Amino acid sequence: MNADLLWRYLPSLLSGFAVTVFCWSVGGALGLVLGFAIALARRVPLPPLQWFLRAFVEIFRGTPFLVQLFLLYAGGPYVGLRLSATAAGVLGLALYSSAYFAEIFRAGFGAVPVGQIEAATSVGMAPFDVLKRVALPAALIAAVPPIVNMLIILSKETVVLSIITVPELMYQVQTMAAETFTAFDAIFAMAVFYWLLVECVSRLGARVEKRVTAFLSPSGARG
Amino acid sequence: MKPEVILHSFGYLTEAAGVTIAVSLAGIVIGFAVGALVCAARVSHRLSLKRIGTLYVSVFRGVPLLVQLLFIYYFLAEFGLDVPAIVAAVSGLALSSAAYQAEILRGALNAVPRGQSEAAVALGFAGVDVWRRILMPQALRISIPPLINEFILLLKASSLVSVVGIAELTRVSMNIASLTYRPLEAYVGGGLFYLAINLVLAGFGAIAERRLAIGGVR
Repeated sequence: MNADLLWRYLPSLLSGFAVTVFCWSVGGALGLVLGFAIALARRVPLPPLQWFLRAFVEIFRGTPFLVQLFLLYAGGPYVGLRLSATAAGVLGLALYSSAYFAEIFRAGFGAVPVGQIEAATSVGMAPFDVLKRVALPAALIAAVPPIVNMLIILSKETVVLSIITVPELMYQVQTMAAETFTAFDAIFAMAVFYWLLVECVSRLGARVEKRVTAFLSPSGARG
Repeated sequence: MKPEVILHSFGYLTEAAGVTIAVSLAGIVIGFAVGALVCAARVSHRLSLKRIGTLYVSVFRGVPLLVQLLFIYYFLAEFGLDVPAIVAAVSGLALSSAAYQAEILRGALNAVPRGQSEAAVALGFAGVDVWRRILMPQALRISIPPLINEFILLLKASSLVSVVGIAELTRVSMNIASLTYRPLEAYVGGGLFYLAINLVLAGFGAIAERRLAIGGVR
């Protein structure tokens, strides 16, 4: 361990960490929105739309993230899609995670007791209100823990962005390791940063979960 | 692009896919069992059990799988515990997946309407039966899509077990790439195998969903 070295490289590591957090949070947020839209669209009884969405989910879920990223970044220009490395990275994370989020939301909606939807409709709530006030709050009970899982997995998946030269944490760590021949220090620093990120995400997730399950019973939710 | 390369190495890829499937399947099954236990600990009313469950999830979800695998394979050997490569691979996959599966199951369990277990207790079901006949089947039904997500992620993460010396699909694709100087074909071949396995997994998920679905619920 060389504290001096770590101190010297701290600015580049911090900037890498900032890029990681940026790509992860924007990609994850876009993925959540897209995944939610897909889950909603999968309830529309229109066969071609169903097939398309099913294929979208299976393709983005079934192929490795690295391959998708390569296709987007290196193959994109062939179809006129010219993206900077960071933009391709963020878009890649969003598309990849949206497939998983779509399935998570679908499961969440599947867990809403039908009687609640029927009751809401029969008291005259508009479809949007049924979704916003009845279906979504109930769906989130089952959906929040897997969403947090997926966000954690996604934060670890951001290391793949270093391959298309996004200057994120892994990229900076590799640069540091190559310039100073200290693989251990560099990787140790990386482990600390990622642990910090994952710990923050799970803490935040636990708080969100407490919030969405608060109405379940006076004694509090299970767990 | 020379598709012949994929055809020539088809046998190797099939064999490697078998290894990937075996390791992942074992990881999924054991991970589910451990995950169910961790979930039970996390929803338990005993504070000590609850703490253990929370700690388990935070450790195995927070530490990268690669580190866990290297720890089991190399670090335990330092203390005279010589773990065979295949055992290290399966237990690494299973232990880390268990943390994610426990969280998925816990979310699903929370989504089972509270009245269900109250009704079961009121009807005189024993504690174990409430779990076995009322809570578990409903939680399982809710959790199938995220569980399939997790199984697919585990299958893809199984490429990491090559670090403990197991020749699974990714490692064999790499070998083929370096033998034939045709990386594109080798990785496309390997990738197609992954896609095929994942589609089968997703298919099983769809069947399970249909089997467990109850009338009128989508």
